[in-house]
Amino acid sequence: MTRPSLALKIAALGGLAFLHVPLGFILLYCFTTEERSYAFPPPGFTLKWFGVVWGRADIWAAVGLSLQVACLATAIALVLGTLAAGALARARFFGREPVSLLFVLPIALPGIVTGIALRQAFGLMDMPFSFWTIVLGHATFCIVVVYNNAVARLRRLSPSLIEASMDLGADAFQTFRLVILPNVGTALLAGGMLAFALSFDEVIVTTFTAGQQSTLPIWMLSELIRPRQRPVTNVVAVLVIAVTFLPILAAYYLTREGEAVAGSGK
Amino acid sequence: MSLAIGLPAPREGLRRRLSDVLVRRRGLLLLLMLVPPLLWLGVVYLGSLFVFLAQSIFSIDEFSGTIVREPTLATLAELFSPANFDILLRTVAISAVVTLLCAVIGFPVAHYAARHAGPRAKAGFYLAVMMPLWSSYLVKVYGWKLLLAKEGAIGWFASHLGLGGALAWWLDLPVVGGPSLSVSYTGMVLVFTYLWLPFMILPVQAALERVPGSLIEAAGDLGASPGVAFRSVILPLAMPGVVAGAIFTFSLTLGDYIVPQIIGTSALVLGQAVYTLQGTAGNIPLAAAFSLVPILVMALFLTLAKKMGAFDAL
Repeated sequence: MTRPSLALKIAALGGLAFLHVPLGFILLYCFTTEERSYAFPPPGFTLKWFGVVWGRADIWAAVGLSLQVACLATAIALVLGTLAAGALARARFFGREPVSLLFVLPIALPGIVTGIALRQAFGLMDMPFSFWTIVLGHATFCIVVVYNNAVARLRRLSPSLIEASMDLGADAFQTFRLVILPNVGTALLAGGMLAFALSFDEVIVTTFTAGQQSTLPIWMLSELIRPRQRPVTNVVAVLVIAVTFLPILAAYYLTREGEAVAGSGK
Repeated sequence: MSLAIGLPAPREGLRRRLSDVLVRRRGLLLLLMLVPPLLWLGVVYLGSLFVFLAQSIFSIDEFSGTIVREPTLATLAELFSPANFDILLRTVAISAVVTLLCAVIGFPVAHYAARHAGPRAKAGFYLAVMMPLWSSYLVKVYGWKLLLAKEGAIGWFASHLGLGGALAWWLDLPVVGGPSLSVSYTGMVLVFTYLWLPFMILPVQAALERVPGSLIEAAGDLGASPGVAFRSVILPLAMPGVVAGAIFTFSLTLGDYIVPQIIGTSALVLGQAVYTLQGTAGNIPLAAAFSLVPILVMALFLTLAKKMGAFDAL
């Protein structure tokens, strides 16, 4: 660790400020008494929007749907992404390159292409748009995040650890449970959280794969295009930020301890 | 195995036998692990992509509005009509500017967090980058709408800090300007940069953290000034991270149709064109043709990225 120059310090803090100032303004506008324009500074302050949000059933329905979709999509992504990462982390076989490219494709391609393609495929398969089509759409790109996290950790996991475990008499399942899983567990957790966040937030693919149901992002999009009570959107936004802050904190501390374990294995 | 004679016999049973088969026959294990994800991504996802994109060789009957299922290159040629080609150029230019801005703003943050921050500050940086990443995409767009609106905060601060003239001058400029920040390219690029910045910071930071400190010390010992060491050691080693981040920033900007719809000029970008074509216009063939462009651009990008080892920095 060396001493940073003043310019670097300012640039780094400036970058962070850039990331946070708009969020601060969202918080500020939660309390504004003005509901039709974005006038700055707000003409007055009130707490009534929190009460309004509490009473709005449409918001809670959207939150519930988003949570369910994100949980299921993350669960599917965790299973499929981990399998893919396990197969591709070290093995060398014919066609490995195109297959590993395939596993980053859903993120590398624009969401709108994925969205329309899936929409048409669901149409061809005569699948009505439902909760499940939303989940399938989300799982497609969530796999990528889990895969990326798991594959990076698996590559750093020394193969001699696995060999040692086998030499000491553990079978493949014991090795997986006692050696591999503890080493990649935190990476999976981090990947899962990222997948959850992506799904909870996704709007582009969802507009194509959702029927009449609205997830929280879809609800927000409709509020953005046809605003009714602008501060209500602010309150919802702040609640979402507040609710997601704790899992990030937890994920961070879990991954950090995991890094130390993985490092000692090298 | 002869060494194991003195040890207690390993547990026998179905599980053990299954385990032995899996360990001995690596190919089978690999196959079992690859089949489920490949069934989803390789068959369903790739299949639906193919079915959608293949329609770009069909055309649309102008009178009935139905799809004519006869191979033709006319739809692809339509992309090069002046109006459509403008859309493509505009979108690629915006994505390039956004990527560049993300790299310029993100690099110092990543560099500070990776090489100068102590454990506590590092935790702070990480959370400070993850928090905006986790907050809802639309809410962030909305936050910028608040800031950029004519009556909004940026205008207010500009006029109270005596910068009202500068803002007006900027808005009068031909391409980047507009009636207000929230209906200009400047606003659109700012919002995109803001949205995708964490996607740039994280891989760059990961790449920088992997640069061994001994390399930099060696550069110093060999007489390189900190500036030279930065340019000839740190920057080349961080490039895979920048490219990995650019994959996200570029691709995400290429396909977005929501930001330009909420903040931006009336001129269409690629995502909006595809959205209108597949929706109200009902012209799936042309929508597919348009969708081929970002895919080709990203294919080129990914090939280059792979050469630079960017995937190891993800």
